[in-house]
Amino acid sequence: MMFAALSIKEWTAIIVLVTFALYIGIAWWSRAGSTGEFYVAAKSVSPWANGAATAADWMSAASFLSMAGIISFAGRDGCRYLMGWTGGYVLLALLLAPYLRKFGRFTVPDFVGERYYSQAARVVAVVCAIFVSFTYVAGQMRGVGVVFSRFLDVSVTLGVIIGMAIVLTYAVLGGMKGITYTQVAQYCVLIFAFMVPAIFISFTLTGNVIPQFGFGADLVSEPGVSLLEKLDGLHQDLGFEKFTSGKKSTVDMFCITAALMVGTAGLPHVIIRFFTVKKVRDARLSAGIALLFIALLYTTAPAVAAFARTNLLQEIPGKAYAELPTWFQTWENTDMLAWVDKDGDGKVKYGPGKPFEKKPKQLGETVRVGDKDVEKRGPHGQRLWANKLTGNDNELYIDRDIMVLANPEMAGLAPWVIALVAAGGLAAALSTAAGLLLVISTAISHDLMKKVIMPKINDKQELLFARLAAVVAVVVAGLFGIYPPGFVAEVVAFAFGLAASSFFPIIVLGIFWKRMNREGAIAGMVCGILFTGCYIIYFRFPQLVEFLGMTPLKDEASNWLWGISPEGIGTLGMVLNFAVAIIVSLSTAPPPEKIQHLVGSIRVPRG
Amino acid sequence: MPELSNDVASQRQGYWRKNLQYLAILLVIWFVVSYGCAILFVDYLDQWEMAGFNLGFWYAQQGAMYVFVVLIFVYVWLMNRLDRKFDVREDDEPSAAADTDAEVSS
Repeated sequence: MMFAALSIKEWTAIIVLVTFALYIGIAWWSRAGSTGEFYVAAKSVSPWANGAATAADWMSAASFLSMAGIISFAGRDGCRYLMGWTGGYVLLALLLAPYLRKFGRFTVPDFVGERYYSQAARVVAVVCAIFVSFTYVAGQMRGVGVVFSRFLDVSVTLGVIIGMAIVLTYAVLGGMKGITYTQVAQYCVLIFAFMVPAIFISFTLTGNVIPQFGFGADLVSEPGVSLLEKLDGLHQDLGFEKFTSGKKSTVDMFCITAALMVGTAGLPHVIIRFFTVKKVRDARLSAGIALLFIALLYTTAPAVAAFARTNLLQEIPGKAYAELPTWFQTWENTDMLAWVDKDGDGKVKYGPGKPFEKKPKQLGETVRVGDKDVEKRGPHGQRLWANKLTGNDNELYIDRDIMVLANPEMAGLAPWVIALVAAGGLAAALSTAAGLLLVISTAISHDLMKKVIMPKINDKQELLFARLAAVVAVVVAGLFGIYPPGFVAEVVAFAFGLAASSFFPIIVLGIFWKRMNREGAIAGMVCGILFTGCYIIYFRFPQLVEFLGMTPLKDEASNWLWGISPEGIGTLGMVLNFAVAIIVSLSTAPPPEKIQHLVGSIRVPRG
Repeated sequence: MPELSNDVASQRQGYWRKNLQYLAILLVIWFVVSYGCAILFVDYLDQWEMAGFNLGFWYAQQGAMYVFVVLIFVYVWLMNRLDRKFDVREDDEPSAAADTDAEVSS
């Protein structure tokens, strides 16, 4: 039993090293020799492999680490992410993937450029693709750094650099081919890492090994009381709304869900995966397989959210600081948990509202005990925080990511299970980062260099440009990870809103409406992006609005257009894009005969 | 692009019309379970209980996603059948050359 004595950190180091060696090995075995291999894995990927790769590509650090945490705080309203990030695959499978595969080129801007016979449309698409991908990839590299620093005690910066080195090796060496097969491996790692703790916890709490069923089952500790009833009760005792009730307005829920769904279907790094399979029918099938693999995690996540929330509410509120479980101190050290004794009774009081302003900041004062300086602590031995307190009764700060990161510890699982979570988080972040970097590199080497700026370069030179662009993109993404711009959280709404309001309408119209022309596409894209972009900037970047000499309004429901938040505004942007595109198309000349034939041919698998 | 004979053109039209029909039906179901059951009528559905869940809550956090997966596989099955019926299935026939031009298209 030599493994029995290993600590969490040692287990983490071993599992992370083994998985990294696996990724590098796969990349070396599947390195790319031509642009066809680099861009689309020579269109030779099987539908099952593509399904797994798409699932890993799609599920990011946010899906793996943050989503369950968000749901455990949002309750039923968390479904906007669950449905928003899965329902888009139905649109993708039915409206986009098979036709784009039949079209048979390398990138999304490629389709836009050819279908709308316009370099201007291609360049607009390139700019959108690069912008969307960079906003997204910044968060991934940060995620890698954070996982390293939490589990292996290295700095976030070193963590990001290690992540960059790994992605650089297999993205630059292998291109799409290398990325595809590493993503398959990463899917296996991340789904195993997500499911194992979920199954253990489901069994401990409810006696049911399937989390999706355990979620609705009765508690082992209180027969006859279901988990959700218990959780609703705990919520009400502490002054929260019931977990299973909704708080957000229906119109906002509707619009956010729609923006996320349509945005998902319009994200270039997802669409591009369907260029890699052999046949049109493989594209359809692999969309189904991808969603099946994604749904495995996405239907488990709300169960994990409810389990973690129940464990947390049973273990912490009302306890004295000294009686708290040991994991509380462990995570307190990372500033993800914090307790301030507002009423001075030494017991943790939890309720709605923020305990203090901003993120927790340790006071960091020391006192001299004997001949050593030790941290100054409160009368109950608690850590002291420098933040300004708020007026409510809540004394507990909980970072949402902790619901996944600390969940195995809360449930008292073995060290190797806790270590798995680290490896899974890294797999999720790295696989998504690689997919995004490939979009950036192909947009530059293929759509900008080869198709617009230097059409005379040969395949070898184009491949070199693709590799150089990938190197530059990794370095820029890494810098974003090390020095995160303060607006990362805000720009994620941007990525989905932009994808929904730019690409989706003009690709769909390009396939389903032969009369759709260049003028309509450009006008639609520009209006959709401008409307969505301005709305988000207006509410999320007040400094910029002030700088332009306008008075910003507060980002709250009473000020929003029809009660739609900036997160959901992409839906209106999409509707606007559709409307403008159709009206402008109808009032200008129809597209050339050649294009109408092209549209006819992408609608059928053969011929 | 070669001119298509009338036969091929009308056959393509038939295939496309049927495809649009399938899309319409599947997308209506997609809309009803996600936006209908899980958002617009969620509170109404919550009055019933199923396997420990309020029904609206179950749709929002589980059911809609299961339906999405099933919808895509139904679509795959319908379209594969349609491809055969209209003889547009890509296989190793000479006319399936469209697939191999990707490498040279750039």
